[in-house]
Amino acid sequence: MINSQKPLLDVKNLRKYFPVRSGPLRRVSAHVKAVDDVSFDVKQGEILGLVGESGCGKSTIARVLIRLIDPDAGEIHFQDMDVVKASGREMKALRRRMQIVFQDPWASLNPRMNIQDAIAFNLLAHQFPKKDALEKVWEGLDNVGLNPAQFGLRYPHELSGGQRQRVNIARALVLDPQLLLLDEPVSSLDKSIQAQVLNLLGELREALGLTYIFISHDLHVVGYLSDRVAVMYLGKVVELAETNELYNKPLHPYTQALLGSVPTMNPHQRSTQPPLTGDPPSPIAPPSGCRFRTRCKHAMEVCAQVEPPLQEAEAGRLVACHLYGEGEHANASESSPAGAGDESLG
Amino acid sequence: MSEEIREEAQVRSRVLEGLDLPKPMAYWHQVWWRFRKDKIGLASAGIIVIVVLLSVLAPWISPYATDYGPVSNRLANPFSEGHILGTDEQGRDMVTRLLHGGRNSLIAGVVPVFIAFTIGTLLGIIAGFAGSNINTLIMRIVDIFYAFPAILLAIAIAGALGPGLSNTLIALSVVYTPRVIRIAESVTVQAKGFDFVEAARASGASDIHIIRSHILPNVLSPVLVYNSTLVSISILAAAGLGFLGLGIAAPHAEWGRMLNDLRQSIYVNTWVPILPGVAIFITAMAFNLVSDAVRDAMDVRL
Repeated sequence: MINSQKPLLDVKNLRKYFPVRSGPLRRVSAHVKAVDDVSFDVKQGEILGLVGESGCGKSTIARVLIRLIDPDAGEIHFQDMDVVKASGREMKALRRRMQIVFQDPWASLNPRMNIQDAIAFNLLAHQFPKKDALEKVWEGLDNVGLNPAQFGLRYPHELSGGQRQRVNIARALVLDPQLLLLDEPVSSLDKSIQAQVLNLLGELREALGLTYIFISHDLHVVGYLSDRVAVMYLGKVVELAETNELYNKPLHPYTQALLGSVPTMNPHQRSTQPPLTGDPPSPIAPPSGCRFRTRCKHAMEVCAQVEPPLQEAEAGRLVACHLYGEGEHANASESSPAGAGDESLG
Repeated sequence: MSEEIREEAQVRSRVLEGLDLPKPMAYWHQVWWRFRKDKIGLASAGIIVIVVLLSVLAPWISPYATDYGPVSNRLANPFSEGHILGTDEQGRDMVTRLLHGGRNSLIAGVVPVFIAFTIGTLLGIIAGFAGSNINTLIMRIVDIFYAFPAILLAIAIAGALGPGLSNTLIALSVVYTPRVIRIAESVTVQAKGFDFVEAARASGASDIHIIRSHILPNVLSPVLVYNSTLVSISILAAAGLGFLGLGIAAPHAEWGRMLNDLRQSIYVNTWVPILPGVAIFITAMAFNLVSDAVRDAMDVRL
């Protein structure tokens, strides 16, 4: 499935700080470091999962990628196009090839527009001929498993959450994009509906040869579809690996803690690790050095001083942690990071 | 592909026919459907229609000449011979005066509101959608107008321009436009934050396209509701200006001015001076009640 050619989307050193204004003059007093120096790439036909706690900058990345928000620094290349420097006209062409599905199916449809108009809007925005638009809309509704004759003229409030999210997917796909940004597409749905929508997304990807960036806070959901998963913490990617490897042998302590906090029905698989406690620190003033060190049980002196770069720990596995870097700390727990060698590091 | 879908859809819809599913309705259809159930709103709308019809047809249905009458028969009681509603302080027939007065009062009530609605919605949406400097520019100018009490501002403008119907209209338009701008702006800013507007932006649609399809329909209903309350306020304000002698010039009839002219006669004949007041009251009240009904009918967030 994944071919090793030039990536479809290449993100380098992306940064987005939101200014925090305070005082009577509304001066910028600080910055929320929502996305801080993030790099990754997505290959044609791949599903890249983006996972992390709320507030870690996942959704900001999606919005920056499609330029709903302008980044402060960094490069985004979509095939041959430079997304950051794209002009208005280039952006319009680009948005035909890259679409987004939002989290909240209740807010993402205009309550005053019926379903087929809502989907046709995207076509008409790109000067698609009006007489063919309805045909295309109906085809799109059929693709996501909604009967066009039954749903086309309905209004959003007459639909369930799952149906609305299907409409959102149909709307995003109606322009035949190559890349779909899925920003927590199933988070606000019931478990059973989640499975339906996830399966639908999987089928659509097979049928239409799509590439996804799948954003979620739910490890199960991300792991279900993704080929590779990037774990984010406080605006940084801390680990990036193929899904199976990441789930079977998480390297970064944060990934381990996240996986340890997933409830399981099987008593033999229960994690021996204590779950992660406390909230993430404020992204306005993240901890010095490694941002995870305040909650990390392996925290060392070096963690407070030096920020660990995202580097290859094993073949194809990127980790930002001093446990795996070169130098004297590397050997400490290389073989079993979650294992017995940890006491000395606490 | 599409052929198949269409066929299948037709088959399925035939199946569904027997199921008696609720039929989807277009938005304005729904609004009318809900409005129709509101009896008070409906009755008020009826009153407005009657007042408008009477005013429009005034030149043809008036029993007497507008501007003069026999002074010998002045301040005749209602239901006196030949004058159902009596005569005013110059012996002019009150029915005739009220009908013609209604024309000017309605014009003074509706035209400024319409002007304020058009300009205010446009500027409000521009301010709200553009944001940053353009927003600051427009909204701070609006704030300047807000610094004056509405009726004082209207009096000041009308006083500076001189009496007359067109100057009344200008004065009231200037007073009401900033109010509409402020409402349109705040609703636009709110609508701009909705996910579906973000989705529309992400789809590559142009700003004009987004405003027309997504912002305007959401801004229109709160602005329309506000404007329908403005009509009654505007009728009262126009009457107020007329009462102060800043409205339409004599001898033309206007309810506020009639009230002022008849004021001194209230101890001679109590009934006649009340009539313009009653006309203002009924019309303003009807507009108010209709605006309440419209607000309820337009609220789609179910």
